Amino acid sequence: MTTAMAFGLCAAVLIGLGVYGLITHPQPLRKILAFNVIGSGVFLLFGAIAYRGAGAGMPADPVPQALLITGIVVAFSATALAVAVLLRLHDETGSASLSAPDAEKPANGEHDA
Amino acid sequence: MSEPAALSLVSAVLLPFLGVLLGLAFGGRHVRAVALLTILAGLGVVISIAFSFIQSAQPLTYLLGGWAPPLGIALRADGLSVAMMLAVAVVVAAIAAYAWKDFVPDHDGAEKRAPFMYWLLLLAVWGSLNLVFLSGDLFTLYVALELLTFAGVPLVCLDGRGETLRAALRYLLFALAGSLLYLLGAVFLYGAYGTLDIAQLAVLVRPEAIAWTAAALMTAGLLAKTALFPLHIWLPPAHAGAPAAGSAILSALVIKGSWFLVVRLWFDAMPGVVTWSAAQLLAALGAMAIVVGSVVALRQERLKLLVAYSTIAQIGYLFLMFPLAFDAAGTVLAHGAVMDAGVLQAISHATAKAGMFMAAGLIYASLGHDRIAGLAGVARAMPITVLAFALAGLALMGVLPSGAYLAKKLLLGAADDSGQWWWTIVLQGGAAFTAGYMVLVLACVFRRPAEPVVLVKRVSKLSEAAALLLSVCSLLLAFTALGPVPGNLISNPLAVKELLTTLAVLFGGVLLALAFSRQPLLAASIRGHNGPAIGRVLMMWASAFESLDRFARRWPVAALALFILAACFWMLFSGLPAL
Repeated sequence: MTTAMAFGLCAAVLIGLGVYGLITHPQPLRKILAFNVIGSGVFLLFGAIAYRGAGAGMPADPVPQALLITGIVVAFSATALAVAVLLRLHDETGSASLSAPDAEKPANGEHDA
Repeated sequence: MSEPAALSLVSAVLLPFLGVLLGLAFGGRHVRAVALLTILAGLGVVISIAFSFIQSAQPLTYLLGGWAPPLGIALRADGLSVAMMLAVAVVVAAIAAYAWKDFVPDHDGAEKRAPFMYWLLLLAVWGSLNLVFLSGDLFTLYVALELLTFAGVPLVCLDGRGETLRAALRYLLFALAGSLLYLLGAVFLYGAYGTLDIAQLAVLVRPEAIAWTAAALMTAGLLAKTALFPLHIWLPPAHAGAPAAGSAILSALVIKGSWFLVVRLWFDAMPGVVTWSAAQLLAALGAMAIVVGSVVALRQERLKLLVAYSTIAQIGYLFLMFPLAFDAAGTVLAHGAVMDAGVLQAISHATAKAGMFMAAGLIYASLGHDRIAGLAGVARAMPITVLAFALAGLALMGVLPSGAYLAKKLLLGAADDSGQWWWTIVLQGGAAFTAGYMVLVLACVFRRPAEPVVLVKRVSKLSEAAALLLSVCSLLLAFTALGPVPGNLISNPLAVKELLTTLAVLFGGVLLALAFSRQPLLAASIRGHNGPAIGRVLMMWASAFESLDRFARRWPVAALALFILAACFWMLFSGLPAL
C-alpha cells in the first residue's frame, strides 16, 4: 500500500464518519462537528492527490495546497457563523434544537403517500 | 481583450465588496448612501460589460494577474452570464428602492443593527452572485457559492427572533452539507484531470467512473443549495420568516446562484458526461416540486408561506429545461434555444418572485398580519400592491407577453421536436398550478370585507412602485428577448388558440384552488365532513401531499435523500440501468 493510498483511505473513513454523524445526530452542535470531520476528510483527500501529483503529471503538485488553505478558511468561517447563530438561538429560546418545540408530528401511516 | 473591458469584469465583482467594506468603515448612519452609490456604479459597470460583450460578439475573458489556467484563474463573461448579471443588477436596484424606507438608521443618528446589516448583506449577495456568473473555475465557484450562503443566512434571521434563528441554522447546516459534496466532486475532478478550469475540463473530461462520481456529487450538492424537492428542508421557514425585503433577495437571487452553477456544470464543464436519463431524473424532481410545492402552497394559511411554497414549485420549473436541451438522439447536451428558454425563465422568475414577495411584505406591513383568510377588502385599500401581486402572478403563469410565456413556448417546441411529450403535460400543468394559487389570493383580496379594512401602517409609495416595476418588467420580458430569439414565436395574443390556452390554464387554476384551498373560494364549499364523496377524496389527497412535504422536510430524511440522489445520479451517468 502506497502512502497516498493510506491517506486516501483515512480520508474516506473520515468522510464516512462525518456523513453518519450529519444524518443521525439531532443536535446542531454535533452536526457542525460532523461538518468539520467531513471537511477534514475532503482536505486530506486533496492533500493525498497533491502528493500523488498524478493529475498534473508532476512528482508533487503545489496547486491543491493553495486551494486547501482557501478551503480551510472557508470551512472555518462557516463553522464560526454556524456556532454564532447557534449561540444566539440558545440565548433567545433557551434551547439549541433544530426543531420547533411545538413541531407538528406527521400522523402515522401517511408517509407512503 | 481591451483594458477597460477587462477592468469592468473585475470591478463587477469587486465593487459590491468594496461597498461592504466602505459601509463597515463609515458606520450605520452612512451605510444607505454607500449602498446607493455602489448600486448605481455597479449598474453602470454591468451595462458597460453588456455593451462590450455585444460589440465583440464573443465571450470576454480576463486572466487574473496574467496567469493562464490551470495555474491561474480566469474570469469569463459569456451570453449566459451577461444576461444573468443584467437581470440581477436590475433586481438588486429595485430591492434597494423597496427597502429604502424600511431599513433606515435612527433619526438621532444611533446605529441600528438590522438596517446596517441589511445593506451590507444586499451588496455581499450581489458581489457573490457576480462572481458566480463570471468565474470560469470550479474552485472559485465553490468560494463564490459559500460567500453567497454566508450572505444569505444572516438575511433570514435579520430580526433575531428564535424561529428565524432556527430557520437560519437549518439553512446554513443543510447548505454546508451540499457544498461539501460539491467540494468533494471538485477534488475528484482535479485528481483525475489536473485542472478545475471549466473550458479545459470540457475538453479533458471523459465518461469514466471518477467523472461520474464527481458530477453526481456536485449535482446533488448544488440541488441541496437550490432547494429542489425533496431537498427543500430549509426553504419554507427561511423564506417565510425573513423580512420581505430579505425574502425577495433570497427567493429571487440567492437560489439562482446554485441553479446557475448546475447549468454551468452540465452544459459547459461536462457535457460529455451527463446523460439523457440523468436529465430525466433532474426534470422529474422538478415536476414533483411543481406538484407538491403548488398543492402545499394552496393549503397555506399565511400569504408569505404561500409565496415561499410557490418558490419551491418555480424552482422545479427551472429544471425542466435539462432533458429538453438534448438533441433528438438524446446523446449531446447542447447550448441553443432551450438554454435561452431556461435563462429567460430564471430571469422572469427572479423579477416576478421578487415583486411578489415585496407585495406580500407590503400587505403584511400595512395589515399587521398576512393571514389569507383575513385579506378581504385589501384590493380596495391597497390597489397598487394588489396590482403588483396580480401582474407578478400573471407573469409566472406565462401569459403573453411575459418572459415565462416565451420560455414555455421554446420548451414546448423542444419537447415536440425531441418527442418528449410527457414534459409538454408538465409544462402546461405547471402553469395551471401557478394559476391556482393566484386565483386563491385574488379571490380573497377582492372579497367584500365584513368590516372596513384597518391599515395599521401606511406603506411608502417608493416600495409599491418598486414591486410594481419588477412585476411589469417580468410581464414585458418577451419584448426584450426578441433579439436573440426567432420572432415568429410571438403569435397574435388574440388568436383563438392562444386565448383558449390561457383560458384553459386559468380554468385549471380555478379547479385546483377549489379543490385544495383551505378557504372556500365561493360562498358554498363542496367540502366538509358531510360533503359529497369527491370532497373527502380531495381532502385525503391534500393531506397526503402535506404529509409528504412534512416527511421530506425532516432532517434525517432530507440528509439521506441528498446521498441517495447522488447515488441515483451516479447510476444514471454510468448508464447502469438500461433505460
